[in-house]
Amino acid sequence: MTPAHADLAISSAGLTKRFRGGQLAVDHVDLAVPKGAVYGFLGPNGSGKTTTIRMLLGLAYPTTGTAALLGVPVPDGAFGVLPKVGSLVEGPAFYPYLSGWDNLARYDAADRTAPAGSKAERIGSALERVGLTAAAKKKYRHYSLGMKQRLAIASGLLRPRDLIILDEPTNGLDPQGTREVRGLVREIAADGITVFVSSHLLSEVEQVSTHVGVMRAGKLVFQGSLPELRRTGSPRITVRTADVENAAKVFAKLGLADPACEAGVITAELGDAEPERICADLVHAGIGVRGLSVESPSLEDLFVGLTGEGFDVER
Amino acid sequence: MSSAEVDTTLTAGGEIEDTAPAAGNVMGNARFLGSELRLVFGRRRNQLLLLVVALFPLLIGIGLKVAAPQAGGGNGPGSGSGPGASAGAFFNQLAGNGVFLTFIALSLLLILVLPMVVAVVAGDSIAGEAGYGTLRYLLAVPAGRTRLLAVKFLAIAAFAVSATFIVAVIGLLAGVSFFPVGPVTLLSGSTVSLASGLLHVFYVTLYVSAAMIAVGAIGLAISTFTEHAIGAIAAIMLLIVASEVVDQVPQFASAGPYLPTHWWTSFDSLLRTPIDTTTMLHGLLSFLVYAAIFCAIAWARFTSTDVTS
Repeated sequence: MTPAHADLAISSAGLTKRFRGGQLAVDHVDLAVPKGAVYGFLGPNGSGKTTTIRMLLGLAYPTTGTAALLGVPVPDGAFGVLPKVGSLVEGPAFYPYLSGWDNLARYDAADRTAPAGSKAERIGSALERVGLTAAAKKKYRHYSLGMKQRLAIASGLLRPRDLIILDEPTNGLDPQGTREVRGLVREIAADGITVFVSSHLLSEVEQVSTHVGVMRAGKLVFQGSLPELRRTGSPRITVRTADVENAAKVFAKLGLADPACEAGVITAELGDAEPERICADLVHAGIGVRGLSVESPSLEDLFVGLTGEGFDVER
Repeated sequence: MSSAEVDTTLTAGGEIEDTAPAAGNVMGNARFLGSELRLVFGRRRNQLLLLVVALFPLLIGIGLKVAAPQAGGGNGPGSGSGPGASAGAFFNQLAGNGVFLTFIALSLLLILVLPMVVAVVAGDSIAGEAGYGTLRYLLAVPAGRTRLLAVKFLAIAAFAVSATFIVAVIGLLAGVSFFPVGPVTLLSGSTVSLASGLLHVFYVTLYVSAAMIAVGAIGLAISTFTEHAIGAIAAIMLLIVASEVVDQVPQFASAGPYLPTHWWTSFDSLLRTPIDTTTMLHGLLSFLVYAAIFCAIAWARFTSTDVTS
């Protein structure tokens, strides 16, 4: 690993997974998740998020490329580094015939580095943290979907961690449950733990993330901080006028990109131009300006722009 | 305090390395094995399987008591060819000595019941975890693929040995309750003391346990190829029945000794004095080779495949 990667909780270079059928699920992904970040890993269902996470956790082997968790290469070093990583992968999975408590004890027993002496204490506090203390002795099969999801998060909190990976933690939760998970992510991050949280909904991570990565059809199409994502969207100026034709000429003279005209409305990318100057030029050219506004695209618009609209299955 | 030791080594070590203190590793591995054993033996389904296995020798004993075979009275009910042949040899002895109920029970249950019970647990081992999705969480813990496989195999082996010994012990208890007990006349004609006879019972039970551990290894390997426990269990049973059938076809006699089931009932050599070790060693070698090959297959498969469940 190069020294630069030492500050990264998760890094990957050219990480690629081609399934046996030939489908390229993950295509040269270069992740850079800074330590201490809350990284929102976004993308529509089927864009390769879960496959990427499976490779990070050593569950799936990359076809080509490398990845590292906390500076340790995976999958080769997974056995050594994973005790410091809590994870929720593709929904909760537990033994239906065991209680919530026994399920956590089972996963804890599988961890050779977990101190057996503090088992009860650690399981108890993990359950308390997700609000499942009252249901500890209840069989997992009788848990509601929200309780199952919370138990999965609890299993990630059994030990002090440096990194928590949560794959779609709010899947199937009601709005209240979603809010609770968001609060939990904030609490975890407040302790200085790096959180890597995947979602197909921007709105779920927008409020908690410091960084985002956006996947589309196996490729990482954007990675950076939220302000950086905002900056990728260029604000547009909208002018309402009766004389669209001449306004377009003024726009062209000012060199505004991507002009679009409708009846009574003309818009273009603002670029580096000043709106005041545009307004003055328009008035100077004798065009009656009925309204003028500058709008930045919302994060949602940018996200949709990156990932594509709706139900188009790209592969 | 041993647990405190683990605590300090971990905090003092700071970094969790692959070369963690050996003592901590042993403790951690023992704890994982304990968890696996609790999972296998604590599961209601598996407890029912052991209960069913325990009922068989009891029912066989009651049945034979009611039918009351006469000592030396011609062919017993299990006479003829086939896997039951060795059981047939014991039927005639039973009226004279209850100890033989153990051999009858083991011979009869070896054909299908014991392998099936082992197949359920072995087939479920990896495939069941994959089916529940708990496999990905165990590996993310991380349990370690080779370590998980080793723990699974040991738990299967423990279950196989338990099931075999339950048959032997219940068979012995039922035999002693229903039939007269005394010095044991072995198949070679010589008579040994009851204590020595019981030792022979113990050897036979160990031999059958070894055979069942080999079945467990085959099951473990098959279990790594699927996410459906029921499919793995069916595949193991199919393999065993196919082997037993092929073993009965005279034209395939030359392949016989290489079949996984061929040596299962060869334990009657343990009931002769002196013990015919050649046959027994052939059998044990066969079990060992099968267990080694299939453990290797399980390892090769499990450590190289993506977990997609």
